[in-house]
Amino acid sequence: MHWLQQLTNGLALGSIYALIALGYTMVYGVLRFINFAHSDVLMLGAFSAFYLAPKMEAIFGPQSAIGALVIIVLAAAICAAIGILIELLAYRPLRKRPKLTVLITAIGVSLFIEFTCQHGAVFGAATKPFPKLLPTRELHFAGIEMASNDLLVLVLTAVLLVAMWFIVQRTKMGMAIRAVSFNEQAASLMGVNVNRVISFTFGLGSALAAVAGIFYAMRAPGIEPLMGVQPGIRAFIAAVLGGIGNLPGAALGGLLLGVLETVAGGIPGVSNYRDGIAFAILILILIFRPAGLLGKAMIEKV
Amino acid sequence: MRKSTFLKGTFTLAALALTLGAFTGCDKNGGGSATEIIVGEFASLTGKEATFGGSSHEGTLLAIEELNAAGGVLGKKIKLITEDNQSKAGESATVVNKLISKNGAVAILGEVASSRSLEAAPICQSNGVPMISPSSTNPKVTETGNFIFRVCFIDPFQGTVMANFATKTLKAKKVAVFTDVKSDYSKGLAKYFKEGFTKAGGQIVSELDFNGGDKDFKGQLTTIKAANPDGVFVPGYYTDAALICIQAKEIGLNVPLFGGDGWESDTLTKLGKEAVEGNYFSTHYAPDVATDLSKKFVADYKKRFNGKLPDAMAALGYDSAMILADAMKRAGTTDGAKVRDALAVTKDFPAVAGNITINEKRDAVKAAVILKIEGGKFKFVETVNP
Repeated sequence: MHWLQQLTNGLALGSIYALIALGYTMVYGVLRFINFAHSDVLMLGAFSAFYLAPKMEAIFGPQSAIGALVIIVLAAAICAAIGILIELLAYRPLRKRPKLTVLITAIGVSLFIEFTCQHGAVFGAATKPFPKLLPTRELHFAGIEMASNDLLVLVLTAVLLVAMWFIVQRTKMGMAIRAVSFNEQAASLMGVNVNRVISFTFGLGSALAAVAGIFYAMRAPGIEPLMGVQPGIRAFIAAVLGGIGNLPGAALGGLLLGVLETVAGGIPGVSNYRDGIAFAILILILIFRPAGLLGKAMIEKV
Repeated sequence: MRKSTFLKGTFTLAALALTLGAFTGCDKNGGGSATEIIVGEFASLTGKEATFGGSSHEGTLLAIEELNAAGGVLGKKIKLITEDNQSKAGESATVVNKLISKNGAVAILGEVASSRSLEAAPICQSNGVPMISPSSTNPKVTETGNFIFRVCFIDPFQGTVMANFATKTLKAKKVAVFTDVKSDYSKGLAKYFKEGFTKAGGQIVSELDFNGGDKDFKGQLTTIKAANPDGVFVPGYYTDAALICIQAKEIGLNVPLFGGDGWESDTLTKLGKEAVEGNYFSTHYAPDVATDLSKKFVADYKKRFNGKLPDAMAALGYDSAMILADAMKRAGTTDGAKVRDALAVTKDFPAVAGNITINEKRDAVKAAVILKIEGGKFKFVETVNP
C-alpha cells in the first residue's frame, strides 16, 4: 500500500515536470538550444494566476470551476505572449550566431526576469500565499490517499499531452514545426514561414509552462520569484532523460523523475540526497545513453 | 591653455581634499564621527525568512530610536546601518565585512537564522567587534569566540522543552522527526529533541530529511505516516513548515505537527491556513504574558508600526540593541574589547522577552513559551523555565 501511495505521489509530481519538460524539448526541437528562461515563465504563470484570482472570484464566485478554468486559460495566454516576446527580443536577433551565444543569452534572460521580479516594486522576494482556485478534498480509494488537486493535475496533464501530440502530428502547424525541426533551411525553401513556426512553438511551450506553474502552486501554495528554478532544472533533466527534442520522451522522463524523487524522499538516510538523485541520473544518462531513453542518436555531418 | 591646466589642477586638488575628508570622516577606531556611534545590523529583510528579518529589524530600530530620543549613549547618537542578506547563504559574510570595514561599525547586531549568524560571527571575532545575535539558537553561534553573544536561549534547552512537551502534554510515545538538512538551526534542534525525547522514554520511529525551499514533501510524509507516529517534530522555518502541514493533511497524516521558534511568523498561518490549525511550537516570548516592560514595548511597537503586534523576533531585536547600549554605558566607551567585557558580565538586565543574564558561554538563560495555533492566531499554552 505504502508503495502504491508513493507511486501516486510521484506521478502527480512527475506530471508537472512532464508539462514543463515539453516546453524545453519543443524549443530544442526547432532551435537546438535550451531556453533557460522557461522556468521563469512558469513562475510568471503562477503569479498571473495569483493576481487574476481575486478578480475572477469577484465575477464567478469563490473556488468555482469556471473561474479556475478562465484563470488557467488567461494565465496561459499571458505567458504565451511573454514567451513569444522573449524569443522576439532576445533570441531572434541572435538566430544566425553560434548556439552558445543564444544559450548564454537565455541564462541572462532567466536571471533578468528573476531579479526584476524580486524587486519590491514588482512582486517582491517574500513568499506569497497562493489562493485556493478549487475546493479541495482528500480522496480515498484502495488505501491510497490523494488530494483532489493531484488527481486533477494528473488528468489534465494527460489531456494536454494528447492535445500536444495531436497538434504536432495532425495539424498543418505541427507539420511545419516538424519540418523546421528537421531542416530549417529546407523548410523555409518549401514555403514554411520559419519565424511564425518558432513564435508558435515558444507560445505553446510557454502556455504549458504557465499551466504547470499554476498546478505546482496548487500543490505547494507558497509562490515567490525563484519558485521556477527547482522544477525548471528537474524538467530540463527530464527532457534530457527522455531524449531531448522528443515529446513522448519528455513526458516519460518527467513521470520517471517524479516517481524516483518521491521514492528516494521516502527512504530514511536517502531522503537527504533527494535533490542529488536528479543530477546523478543526468550524469548517468550523459555517460551511457546520451540520446536519452527515447531519443535517436543522430550522426552530425561535419 | 595655461588657464585650463590651472583649473584642472584646482579641481584635482579639490577632489583629493574631498576624498581625504571622506576617509577621515569614517575613522574606524573612533566609531564614527564625534557625535555618532555606528552600529551595524544584518538581517533577512527579503527572501525566504523575510518576516523574521523584518520583525527583528523593526524591534532593533524601535530600540535605537528610543535610545536616541532619550539622549543617546555616551552623549552621542547611535546611527544604525542595516544591510539585507536576502535570506541567502554567503551574503551575510559580504555585508558584515562591509559594515565593519567600510562603515566602521563598532558593534554588529543580527541575525535570526543560525546558519547566517555563523557566517558573520568569525568576521566579527577576528575584527574584535562585539556581535549580538537576537535570536539564533544554535549553540555553535556563540562558540565561535568571546566577542559573540546572544539574548535568547539555545537549542539544547529548546529541544528538551519540546521533548518534554511531546511526552507530557501531547502524551506522545512515538514521534517522527523531519529535519531541514540545509539549516544548522534545524539539524541542531532535531538532535537535542531526539536526545530529550528518548531520555523521557519516547521512541523516534522515523527520521527523514528535506531541503529548505523544497515544495514537495509527500515522499517523506508517506513514509512517516507508514511508521504510525503520535506526532511529527518539524524543526524548520515557517515557509517550509506551512507547506509540510498542508501536504501532511493531503496524504491523511492527521497527527499534531510541532516545531521550534522557526515557526513563529504570520506567514505560517497565511500559507498554511486550516492545515496548521491545532499544531504547536515553542518560542521566546508571548505578548499575552505581560510584564510592565513588555506591555510598554507592545504599546510602543504598535504605535510605531501601524498597530502591528510584535512577535518574539521583534522583542529579541529590541533586547539586542538595548543590552548593547547598556554595555556601552557601563564600559564608558565604544572600544570593542571593553564593550565585550561589559557584555560578558550582564546580570538581570530588564528586557522585554525576559530578564537577561549572560552565562560563561555568552548565552542568555531564559524561559521558553509554547504556543498553539488556533483560529489563525498563536495562543499561549505554557511557560517552561530552564
